[in-house]
Amino acid sequence: MTSGLWELVLKGIWITVQLTVFSSALALAVAFAFGILRTHRLWIVRFLAGCYIEVFRGTSALVFMFWIFFVLPLMFSYQLVPMWAAVLALGLTYGAYGAEVVRGALQAVAPAQREAGVALSFTRGQQLRKILIPQAWPEMIPPFNNLSIELLKGTALVSIMGVGDTAFAANLVRLALQESAEIYTYTLLIYFVLAFVISRGMRALERKAKAGIGRPMEKPAARKPGAGVLQMLKKVDGKAVDPQHAGTRARSAGGDA
Amino acid sequence: MSSSEHNENSEHTNPAVDGSELIKFDNVTKRFGSKVVLDNLCFDVSSGKHVTLIGPSGSGKTTILRLLMTLMKPEEGTIKVGGHYLTHEEKGGKLVPAGEKHIREVRKNIGMVFQQFNLFPNMKVLRNLTEAPVHVLGLSKEEAEQRARELLELVGLTEHIDKYPSQLSGGQQQRVAIARALAMRPQVLLLDEVTSALDPELVAGVLDVLRDIAHTTDITMLCVTHEMNFARDISDDVLMFDAGRVIESGAPEKIFSDPEHERTREFLGAVL
Ligand SMILES: Nc1ncnc2c1ncn2[C@@H]1O[C@H](COP(=O)(O)OP(=O)(O)OP(=O)(O)O)[C@@H](O)[C@H]1O
Ligand SMILES: [Mg+2]
Repeated sequence: MTSGLWELVLKGIWITVQLTVFSSALALAVAFAFGILRTHRLWIVRFLAGCYIEVFRGTSALVFMFWIFFVLPLMFSYQLVPMWAAVLALGLTYGAYGAEVVRGALQAVAPAQREAGVALSFTRGQQLRKILIPQAWPEMIPPFNNLSIELLKGTALVSIMGVGDTAFAANLVRLALQESAEIYTYTLLIYFVLAFVISRGMRALERKAKAGIGRPMEKPAARKPGAGVLQMLKKVDGKAVDPQHAGTRARSAGGDA
Repeated sequence: MSSSEHNENSEHTNPAVDGSELIKFDNVTKRFGSKVVLDNLCFDVSSGKHVTLIGPSGSGKTTILRLLMTLMKPEEGTIKVGGHYLTHEEKGGKLVPAGEKHIREVRKNIGMVFQQFNLFPNMKVLRNLTEAPVHVLGLSKEEAEQRARELLELVGLTEHIDKYPSQLSGGQQQRVAIARALAMRPQVLLLDEVTSALDPELVAGVLDVLRDIAHTTDITMLCVTHEMNFARDISDDVLMFDAGRVIESGAPEKIFSDPEHERTREFLGAVL
């Protein structure tokens, strides 16, 4: 593969990363805004927020992307660059899914917590900020993890609009090299690695969030290969542990506790 | 039904605040669907008094406390706290349902301790105690922390100040919850079966703290309890509830040893 092609692929990955980050940020904001509105005490507010969620969950992100890119300019004579059209479409669509996650997690907080907030005369906003959201947040992270991986894969839709993301670059490389099988396999791998990074990051976030409400995550020691050994070494505190015996770490970790 | 007839029995009375009706239920009716839980209920609690509500399960004791805490609203009647309507406002000479702000203002005088503690698991003990004083009462952080430390000392939990609620036993959590309610300096403390979720060996510690508070402060207490010895120790007045009404009230000595009503006798026979 020539360096020109490599550059193309790296640029593509960078665009995919950017699309994922910007769209996720927008989706997160949308998810919180509409998820909270879904729990509003006025039914009309809940209803309108519900309409938004139903519309955006029920339409295709790809069609919406095209709509923003091609139809919006006809109405407002202003055209977004494809990149931002994509961010808008992905953010609003996945935000709608996320809003249901936020609503569910907020409603899963024990009602007695809100009552304790009332008993201390917190305003509704304070109850939300200080009690409900902090307690609901750790519950939101695993479903958010799923959604952001879905979103990552959804960014490949932009290649149809000619944005040079990973999928777009891969296609060019494939045409240049006439090596379909290999290139498609590598492309899958790239997405897999990106998804894996997101997943790990979210796990770390979840652990931190749970510790923050005094509920440390029960961590199966054998789950993290590298870190598990490191932790073991720290845990036994000086007593040398032969990394070759890493296979026995579940047993010795148990004995440690 | 006023508790004022029993002044002579009270050793906890603060003369300066005594006599004024701090809580007043006036013909309060509460229904759930067609079920009448409180039936034109009238009673009042004078400032500084400790009043215990007793009665069979389902008689509406918790409902009374939840009405006071504005966790639910009465269908009919009015509730006054410290001379102010709790769920109503006087506007142009008429009583109208009160706005959120008015309710919060009146409710600041009321503190509540729940059966299940309901501490905030996302905050350490100290912040559980300072959050509301700082953000609701507007105390400075230093002031609130000072107050929190004093209260933790009162409930004997100074060394746990930096722990999360999940790291404490039930009895310790309940004592933190009592301190949290007191941190708001309420005029009234509502206690709803605060020991019934606790293991038997933890009950005494919590009751001791409450006895201490009852005997050393002039806070008004309205408590629901099945701990009859505790009720006898701290109460100026005992109100016996049945079917949404007060059927008998009086000093604990009288109610517990020589009740007038057959229902009261039956109930006490079952719990004592
Ligand atoms: N949210 C509610 N919806 C419907 N019915 C309710 C509700 N809350 C309470 N009730 C009913 O109101 C009645 C009084 O309940 P309450 O909890 O006040 O009784 P209680 O005197 O505290 O009883 P216990 O000693 O068992 O705690 C009960 O029959 C209960 O079923
Ligand atoms: Mg009850």
